[in-house]
Amino acid sequence: MQKFEKKENFSMLWIFLAGIVGGIVGGMGMGGGTLLIPILTIFIGMEQPTAQAANLIAFIPMSIMVIIVYAKKHLIEFKKALLLVLGGLGAGIFGAILIKSVAPKVLKICFGIFLICFGIFQLILVLFVDKKSEN
Amino acid sequence: MKKFLKALLNVIIGAVIGLVNGFLGGGGGMLVVPYLRYVQKLKAKSAHATAILVILPISLASSIVYIFSKQITVINAVTVSGGVFIGGIIGAFLLPKISDKWLSIIFSIIMIVAGVRMLF
Repeated sequence: MQKFEKKENFSMLWIFLAGIVGGIVGGMGMGGGTLLIPILTIFIGMEQPTAQAANLIAFIPMSIMVIIVYAKKHLIEFKKALLLVLGGLGAGIFGAILIKSVAPKVLKICFGIFLICFGIFQLILVLFVDKKSEN
Repeated sequence: MKKFLKALLNVIIGAVIGLVNGFLGGGGGMLVVPYLRYVQKLKAKSAHATAILVILPISLASSIVYIFSKQITVINAVTVSGGVFIGGIIGAFLLPKISDKWLSIIFSIIMIVAGVRMLF
């Protein structure tokens, strides 16, 4: 017997549209899947872990395309990326395994707190720190 | 020794980013960009670009675990991915046309509101 009744039937059109909106936000550089997960959970009614899975998977093809473009423009610092990736791989797997031990509602709250913290952090950065625009 | 410590620091920060990204199903990018920009002193565009290169393999690893745990059906994953892909293209196209500062402010507020909404 399943512990959580996972809803799996969603209107393809709506989740496709949710993806588009989330992708636009991500494409504008506003922190990847920032809005995709809230859209999927609040408007579509997905469970938090499902929305998280969607977010992680959905950004893979887009990221690949974006990286190719940026690499051609010589914007990527490969050396700086390497060590971060090495540290992140195992931790990423561990983090993903960890979610299975946490109730979806709790995960959702964690994500909500993260969004609030980051929103405030970014607001402060934009308003007070980025005084000199360095592009 | 100093070089080793610097390298270790990067690995540890990478681990924190990976953990958060895997546990929250995203958000790693939002940690990496400020780190690259303000600690590693990369320029804004370079920080964003490099961040994606960091998050991609890490997210891929986490994705595989999510898939194996059957958190999402293939059809749903593919549908959302398709939408995100197209949205990403539109977003990248729109980006140069909109004021950076106001965009950040608006999205910060949206993030906070969405976050609060998710608490209930």
